Amino acid sequence: MRFLDTFFDGAVMAKYLPDLLSAIVTTLWLSVIIVLGGLALGLVLACLRTLGRWYLTLPIVAFADIGRALPPLVVILIFYFGLPGLGLNLSGPMVLILVLGGVLAAFAEEIFWAGLTAVAKGQWEAGRATGLSFAQTLFEIALPQAIRMGIPPLVNRALAITKMTALGSVIGVKEILAVSSSAQSFSGSATPLTMAALAYLAIFLPVVILSRLLERRYAWAV
Amino acid sequence: MLEINQLEKSFGDTQVLTSIDLSVKPGELVFVIGPSGSGKSTMLRCCNRLEEPTSGSILLDGEHVTACHGAALDKMRLKIGMVFQGFHLYPHKSVLANVMLAQVKALKRSKEEAKARAMEMLDHVGLAHKADAMPSELSGGQQQRVAIARALALDPKVMLFDEPTSALDPELVGSVLKVMKQLRDEGMTMVVVSHEMDFAREAADRVVFMDGGVVVEAGTPEEIFGSPKSERLRAFLSRLHPSAS
Repeated sequence: MRFLDTFFDGAVMAKYLPDLLSAIVTTLWLSVIIVLGGLALGLVLACLRTLGRWYLTLPIVAFADIGRALPPLVVILIFYFGLPGLGLNLSGPMVLILVLGGVLAAFAEEIFWAGLTAVAKGQWEAGRATGLSFAQTLFEIALPQAIRMGIPPLVNRALAITKMTALGSVIGVKEILAVSSSAQSFSGSATPLTMAALAYLAIFLPVVILSRLLERRYAWAV
Repeated sequence: MLEINQLEKSFGDTQVLTSIDLSVKPGELVFVIGPSGSGKSTMLRCCNRLEEPTSGSILLDGEHVTACHGAALDKMRLKIGMVFQGFHLYPHKSVLANVMLAQVKALKRSKEEAKARAMEMLDHVGLAHKADAMPSELSGGQQQRVAIARALALDPKVMLFDEPTSALDPELVGSVLKVMKQLRDEGMTMVVVSHEMDFAREAADRVVFMDGGVVVEAGTPEEIFGSPKSERLRAFLSRLHPSAS
């Protein structure tokens, strides 16, 4: 009984449910923007890298390496507490979107790039030999294959990044962890944290299952 | 039709092709033989600029292939069909989509027109019933015939074959050679790099023997196989058929 009282206190649940629901909405829209923005930016960077111009490749590789090396929390704190010193005030959600979207873009660029380099040279030759331009060969032949190869690591990475929206709790973003953690302080019960865990499961389990279906859909024997 | 003049190609310090001259007449099937590393494939790949020639010129119907750049080169490549040793079908597209892609994107045909032409070409290589299959569901011989249909659908003026049967199981070679023979009989201009000597004897108008990056000898199949003049060609042929000589 003590276990149930600690983690599943009905009264506490009822009291904080409305707050938590709005926090879920916040986590959801932040996640969608971060994933879409991050993947799109990563894709664009990987495509630019195929052009093989040093003045594009150099900054892209630097961005990808730094983005993957730095702990996102450090960058979030620098953006939120440091940039105002330069007169640049970004809201908490904005910082979260820029930093997490940027980190996802860094990883996604590397995943797309790895996929592009794994596409057989003969595929490019077949495309170019049939009169397709570089861009047409990239978009019609190389990229679709690279994306399919990248789906499993991309899904993993996107999940890892969206879970990091919980870092918003340190800069006052009212997402799931921030709301439930303050509810835990006020109520003295761990129940809001249980609710947070359940909320995360409710959001991410379907995504994981969906990604499995997606992988199966795009698998083909070579 | 296809004129190769003083073609030279080197990779770094390694000279791969030296003063290659070759003229292919309309409707002619020129067969290129030679030991591996003799530059046959490189010569073929220079013709559509998959390899950049170091010097020399290549002309198709009097137009300079070697002077084209960018969009003009893409246009020129439409006139030069190429079939690869490794087929290189697009694995994420159906057979039909493979044959349609460049027609729609490069030749700017309408989807309907491209589909009709693709079906016609697939029928030509005996694979119309596989139009909806994925490349991975086909045998090597079938994949190569689709690759031939993909090139033919663009109405090229000349077809280049780069060891089209070398990656095939022996029992599948015949189906591809049959399609090539049929193409020849229809008057397609073809340059074939291959080790299928029986096919060369039967179907080639002219055989070119390359060794060490130069054309050593060229002539009719009877001349090349019946009375080889150079020592290098005799040595090459005797290595192929040790018992026959």
